[in-house]
Amino acid sequence: MRPATLDSFKEIREQNIMTLKQKKEEGTKVAGIYCGFCPRELVLAAGAIPVGLCGTRDEPIPAAEKDLPRNLCPLIKSSYGFAVTNTCPYFHFSDLIIGETTCDGKKKMFEIMQKIKPVHVMHLPQVPDRPSSLTLWYDEIAGLKRAIEEQFQVEITDEAIREAIHITNEEARALKELFELNVEKPALMTGTELLMTSFQVSFNADRRQGIAMVDNLVAEVREMARKGYHVGDENTPRVLVTGTPIGMGSEKVISLVEECGGLVVAMQNCSGYTPTELHIDELDSRDPIMLLAEKYIGIPCSVMSPNPGRRKTLERMISKFKIDGVIDLTWQACHTFNVESYFIEDLVKGQLGLPFLHLETDYSDSDRETLRVRVEAFLEMI
Amino acid sequence: MLVAGVDVGSVATKVVIIKNDTFYYRAAPTGWSPREAGAKVFKELLSDLGYVEEQVDFVVGTGYGRVSLGFANKAVTEITCHARGAAYLVPGGSMVIDIGGQDSKAIKIDNQGQVLDFAMNDKCAAGTGRFLQVIAATLGNEVSELSELAAGKSPLALNSMCAVFAESEVIGLLASGHDKGEIVAGLHQSIARRIASMVGRLGSSGRVTFTGGVARNESLRRCLEDVLGMEVIVPEMCQMAGALGAALIAQGYCSQRNIL
Repeated sequence: MRPATLDSFKEIREQNIMTLKQKKEEGTKVAGIYCGFCPRELVLAAGAIPVGLCGTRDEPIPAAEKDLPRNLCPLIKSSYGFAVTNTCPYFHFSDLIIGETTCDGKKKMFEIMQKIKPVHVMHLPQVPDRPSSLTLWYDEIAGLKRAIEEQFQVEITDEAIREAIHITNEEARALKELFELNVEKPALMTGTELLMTSFQVSFNADRRQGIAMVDNLVAEVREMARKGYHVGDENTPRVLVTGTPIGMGSEKVISLVEECGGLVVAMQNCSGYTPTELHIDELDSRDPIMLLAEKYIGIPCSVMSPNPGRRKTLERMISKFKIDGVIDLTWQACHTFNVESYFIEDLVKGQLGLPFLHLETDYSDSDRETLRVRVEAFLEMI
Repeated sequence: MLVAGVDVGSVATKVVIIKNDTFYYRAAPTGWSPREAGAKVFKELLSDLGYVEEQVDFVVGTGYGRVSLGFANKAVTEITCHARGAAYLVPGGSMVIDIGGQDSKAIKIDNQGQVLDFAMNDKCAAGTGRFLQVIAATLGNEVSELSELAAGKSPLALNSMCAVFAESEVIGLLASGHDKGEIVAGLHQSIARRIASMVGRLGSSGRVTFTGGVARNESLRRCLEDVLGMEVIVPEMCQMAGALGAALIAQGYCSQRNIL
């Protein structure tokens, strides 16, 4: 028997869209965000709603290829395709789009996207631990604050930011507890379930409701576990997926692992466990913009050079989640993740001695069977 | 104990049956229906030996058609099966190179034939049996004649590895009067280099076991030896390695079941 609360997540998408529509009609502003680097606290502090935007499905890619090169990452093409075909309700309701320069493709795509909606692009530093990086990033966050204030005609107070920090911390805490259900062996959630729930809740217009839903699910699963519930068994291969972000519509590697008898117990990527470890000390009374800058520069994204944070996180997660093998997923044409795979392979295979598989693919299903052979053979190695 | 391994590849279907440690095998073209080809070759070999399907204790299916075999007790990937089969055919090898109809792979193995790591090319036909087939057709030859054509010829430098572009490049070279054998030797060299980069990624030294239908090409085997700087051994049953591995795995499952 599966946890009953899971079903509530499937329905929230429709409800969310209705809530969003209603809030818009009441005059609430909406900011669409694409990436984990966006400090959503500022949107919340402006009394606006931050929503995740669509960009994980294959369908709008042909439309995007009218304006963008074919040989580009599917995430960029999908994001742009949803926008240009007006098929993402969240994009449709957004008054402002916030983008980040996580790669060259996105950066240039946002220039074209400007013709559809106002897009504010935050420029990321590319060295995580240099003092000048923090200065630059601080300025970018202060710049975003001004852009939101101007666009939404509001003033963002420090007090409101601190309140938003609290709720965002709470959100991360809830998701962290969800992902950590799988510290248990046998695991308590399939990768497919983890993805569905964390993905769906990211579109939630009401933060507190989203947190409560995740908390309820975690409580239900914990209660079931006390009565012996688990997914897979002691011998099911426990796989960690790292690399580029995954959402509903681009979950094929996770489904393949689970169709072939493995279990994706953890995801080290910006759609998975990693961002839930970001936390701001609510008792820290320094400038809240600085607190945000320090928090978000800590994301171990492959745009950072060098990016030792990802290897550290990975090593910690492999031991915490009792991982048997690692799959590094690269979306086609994502150079930073593709090149960085060298170091991930060295860590997983060379230093930790675990089976490792690097996959490069896109959102389409055309290579599903050839991927299946690799995934199956990888599981047979475990 | 009567067990079988059925390897349904894109070009050929291979079946190995093991009865009391004796091997029997049969191969036939796969054609358009992997399911039918698998069942047909399996039943033909069984009836040759005077058995019926019900007497078989365990069947492992492998190859790209492995999932469509209704009669198999278990499906195992061709990577695991080739490793196991190759280790049996050539004891002491540390690397398996398999070039089949639609993909090529390098598999690093331990002395039990367990997979330690693998690299695979299947994004396009380049460096596969299909690629050689296309080129052979362009030259007006059979695939089986390529080895002899290239024997002793110095390889011509070729740029294209995509089957489509290579075909037009070959046509161009023929038009400008180049020797067929030199062209084929050039193709072998570019395939060998491509395979060598996969082997290099896995990092291995020692002996290489070369399997799959393409391993019958002696010129390519020599070329691989030159490029890799390693001894490359082609077992007599090179095309059967996958099916043999599958049958050996079936044997393992069967004895495990008997113990339980």
